[in-house]
Amino acid sequence: MKQSPLHQRHLEEGGKLVPFAGWEMPIQYAGIVAEHNAVRDAVGVFDISHMGEILVSGEGAEEGLNRVLTNQVSRLSDGEGQYTLMLQENGGVIDDLILYRLAEDSFFLVVNASRVEEDYEWLTKHLGGDIEVRNESDAWGALAVQGPGTGDLWEKISPSVSLPERNGILRPREDLILCRTGYTGEDGFELFAPAAQIESWWDRIREAGATACGLGARDTLRLEKGYPLNGNDLDRIHTPLEAGLGFFVDLEKDGGFIGSEKLIEQKASGPTHRLVALRMTKKGPPPRHGYEVRDETGEISIGTLSSGSLSPILGQGIGMAYLETRYAKVGTSLSLMIRDRRYPIEVIKKPFC
Amino acid sequence: MNVPDDLRYSESHEWLRLSDDGTGVMGISDHAQAELTDVVYLELPEIGRSVAKGEAIAVIESVKAANDIFSPVSGEVVEVNEGLAEAPEPVNEDPYGAGWMIKIKLSDPAEVDSLLNAESYRERLA
Repeated sequence: MKQSPLHQRHLEEGGKLVPFAGWEMPIQYAGIVAEHNAVRDAVGVFDISHMGEILVSGEGAEEGLNRVLTNQVSRLSDGEGQYTLMLQENGGVIDDLILYRLAEDSFFLVVNASRVEEDYEWLTKHLGGDIEVRNESDAWGALAVQGPGTGDLWEKISPSVSLPERNGILRPREDLILCRTGYTGEDGFELFAPAAQIESWWDRIREAGATACGLGARDTLRLEKGYPLNGNDLDRIHTPLEAGLGFFVDLEKDGGFIGSEKLIEQKASGPTHRLVALRMTKKGPPPRHGYEVRDETGEISIGTLSSGSLSPILGQGIGMAYLETRYAKVGTSLSLMIRDRRYPIEVIKKPFC
Repeated sequence: MNVPDDLRYSESHEWLRLSDDGTGVMGISDHAQAELTDVVYLELPEIGRSVAKGEAIAVIESVKAANDIFSPVSGEVVEVNEGLAEAPEPVNEDPYGAGWMIKIKLSDPAEVDSLLNAESYRERLA
């Protein structure tokens, strides 16, 4: 099990450590609900050192990445970033990631912890020989600072360096990368620094007033916004079109990308399934990954939750599931099975709140 | 952690307060509530249900996980703390008082002797 460069801090802060994607990471400190609310109302800081950092550079990098990723890389100028996906030939998702353009033919990719090795091998295999792919995941520690208080907090810590614009990247010096992105739906940034320096960044950000937040709150925060989690809501079977991520897929790209043929075909015939947002309409136990979804009568099994949780903001159970399109219409009444009991749920529009 | 002297405890962190009338009230320990944090849902048993010592009697859910609660003794459920179904916060705030969960009429009061006393339970937590 890998340990974060912030391991000692997590122990000192009373973090409850759990295994996650091969890492020992804090699921919570004071409590998920308090951490969740801190991010919605003020500002929180998450250790995201488990996430992967891959650098791709060399002549033809842009063109090469356009063949391997779904979004239009050429739309990026220096210092800009975009959400994008890496697909198998069948259109299933290997990973979802953020791609930043540092300079011409020089890109920084932030990928999921569980997919670092696979992404690296896939990129190496599918990008030409002149393009350098470097997995720098072990060298970097990373923090996500999230919440409406982000700007004020950064002002206190580093008034001489401004944060980049939304979705942008800034490398003010060799040992610091700032990205104005996140996974909570709030303003925020991700900070990358050499693993040996990340403790001091954590301390400065904590002293400036950010609440220490764990992966539990990260999960409830992203789910309230309807953001998918790879391995739960994204998988090898379903395509980004079924996942409702068509906005991040450019099917008009010259020459296409790996998986594009399958997606064009699917778009023409119409996807048979969609990842829908579901909300419990009455009080009940929190929905969880793997719970069975049935039709309104409770007689026909139609799918399972890919993600589920109590929403701390709504005080209601929420979840997502891949369902046949005939059940995917907003307002459709369905049932969720929890310990052999049937609870009413309905299809709603994302985000949940 | 608060471990009141007058209660008995199970290895799985439930407590039992015995009355002279042969009933016992149970809940979960301060340690258990602190480990769970943020109790958001509690599923309590039906009145009249018979339970065996060690049997799953209730389900407690935090934001992150669902956990079983086990009966520390055998007997019949005679009362449950209904209010917790609507608002489970007392389980975190007052686990030995307002956070009590289930009243059981013991079928074999001798089973109580097999539960931990406060001192032994404190040692388990140490």
